[in-house]
Amino acid sequence: MGSGRQARSSGKWRPAGLAAWAVIGALLVACKPPAETRRTPEGGAEARGLALIENAGCGACHEIPGVTWPKGRLGPSLAGFDDVGLIAGALPNRPGTLAAFIRNAPSIKPGSTMPPMPLSESQAADVAAYLYGLDHD
Amino acid sequence: MSPLTSTASIMTEALWGWPPPVLDPAGPYAESVTVLSWALFAMGLFVTAIVVAALWVALKGPARLKAKIGGEKVVGIGGIAFPAVVLTGLLIWGLTLTASLTKPITGEEMRIRVTGEMWWFRVEYLGPSGDVLFEDANEVHIPVGQPVVFELTSADVIHSFWVPNLSGKKDMIPGRTTLLRVEADRAGRFGGVCAEYCGGPHALMGFVAVAHEREEWSEWLTSRTAPRDGTGAAGRGRELFMESGCAACHRVAGTEAGGRAGPDLTHIGSRLTLGAGILPNHRGTLIGWIGDSQSIKPGNRMPSYDQLPAEDLHALAAWLEQQK
Ligand code: HEC
Ligand code: HEC
Ligand SMILES: [Cu+2]
Repeated sequence: MGSGRQARSSGKWRPAGLAAWAVIGALLVACKPPAETRRTPEGGAEARGLALIENAGCGACHEIPGVTWPKGRLGPSLAGFDDVGLIAGALPNRPGTLAAFIRNAPSIKPGSTMPPMPLSESQAADVAAYLYGLDHD
Repeated sequence: MSPLTSTASIMTEALWGWPPPVLDPAGPYAESVTVLSWALFAMGLFVTAIVVAALWVALKGPARLKAKIGGEKVVGIGGIAFPAVVLTGLLIWGLTLTASLTKPITGEEMRIRVTGEMWWFRVEYLGPSGDVLFEDANEVHIPVGQPVVFELTSADVIHSFWVPNLSGKKDMIPGRTTLLRVEADRAGRFGGVCAEYCGGPHALMGFVAVAHEREEWSEWLTSRTAPRDGTGAAGRGRELFMESGCAACHRVAGTEAGGRAGPDLTHIGSRLTLGAGILPNHRGTLIGWIGDSQSIKPGNRMPSYDQLPAEDLHALAAWLEQQK
């Protein structure tokens, strides 16, 4: 191959060079894990609340906005929870009460079919904060 | 109740944890895979850099260099000789490494048979002559510092056994036994997954590998081999288990429940996860799983017991929790 041909083709090949860079760039971007599968390490009460909900497996019985899986149906959906008048149809909807209910439902609503959950008091408060922060929809 | 652990996300962590478990070896067999991976990354980077440099020369470089990279010599060396030598070298390295991971049993190692089932793992601990010592499911326990040979097979379709921290991946093939060597050099819990698409809820098919230090290991062994002293309080939960069909699919050693279609539940009370590595194990998730497993793991082979009243679900869960 002569240098003349190379020189001529270099102008012609510029778009191809750009395309090559675009492909390399696209590959690099594609290698990043999707954002929603990565855990938020730190944050406020609401972020901690969501992580706790996921780790505790509340989704085994509830559909919860922001939790993509699982979406159990033994318990009521917790969508729009801040609009609910009474917790589980019986208790005033206040943060302290909600946190207490989440930790040990039968102890504050005798006969409740939601079992006690393995959360500390402060963890339950974070979970309650997350539930109150959900959008109205 | 036990404090929260992050076992809920153990499968997520097996793949997305930081540092990536596949680059964070916890034993010599995984180490060799990691070294090969880094070598491949480095090689890939090196070749990419050369190609990009050549591309730059071809597009913008001085004419003299351009002529050079188009020459026959460069094509002969860079395009034929170099790849031939490097790829052959990597092939030999890779094959030797794989052979070391699947080296046949010498008699010194511990043996564990794991059978892939749609969509969970049957686990059997074997004696030196291949006899089954005891059974378990969705969890493998190994001692630190001792090579363990996993004898892998499948009851239905092809699955793949992968604990990124501990070893390479190995297919589980129906009608065949494949071997995989594993050794942990530190104690810990490591996430494992099925790494071969096997239909339906394949993405929800995982397990946990637990590596124990010496004393802890003998304690664990005793807990599994000692005769079972009673099997939890008699009563509603036990009755329901025997009468609602659970016993037809699940075995609980020491009781009349001897079903084989589902995971062995003899030690379900001390299992770290439920649903094959996907949920933490506590009263709430047990009830949720029994009452509504089809919402949690759509298509799995256990029916949802949503017709059972809440008291019955609670009683069943309470009895299962006692099966340590
Ligand atoms: C075993 C299934 C189960 C699990 C697991 C579970 N819940 Fe529940 N939950 C229920 C049931 C059933 C109710 C209805 C209780 C009642 O009416 O007394 C309920 C009710 C609730 C309510 C009140 C809903 C309303 O509309 O008034 C909240 C809030 C709640 N659960 C939060 C949680 C959180 C947070 C977790 C995880 C930490 C969780 N639940 C785990 C079964 C479950
Ligand atoms: C038709 C057979 C069948 C029946 C009946 C059945 N199961 Fe299951 N069960 C399974 C299978 C299969 C799995 C594994 C599901 C999976 O992970 O894909 C399973 C999983 C489980 C698990 C989780 C085990 C683990 O390690 O993840 C529990 C707990 C359980 N079953 C309890 C019960 C109880 C309690 C009943 C009765 C109310 C019952 N099962 C009835 C087949 C059955
Ligand atoms: Cu699979």
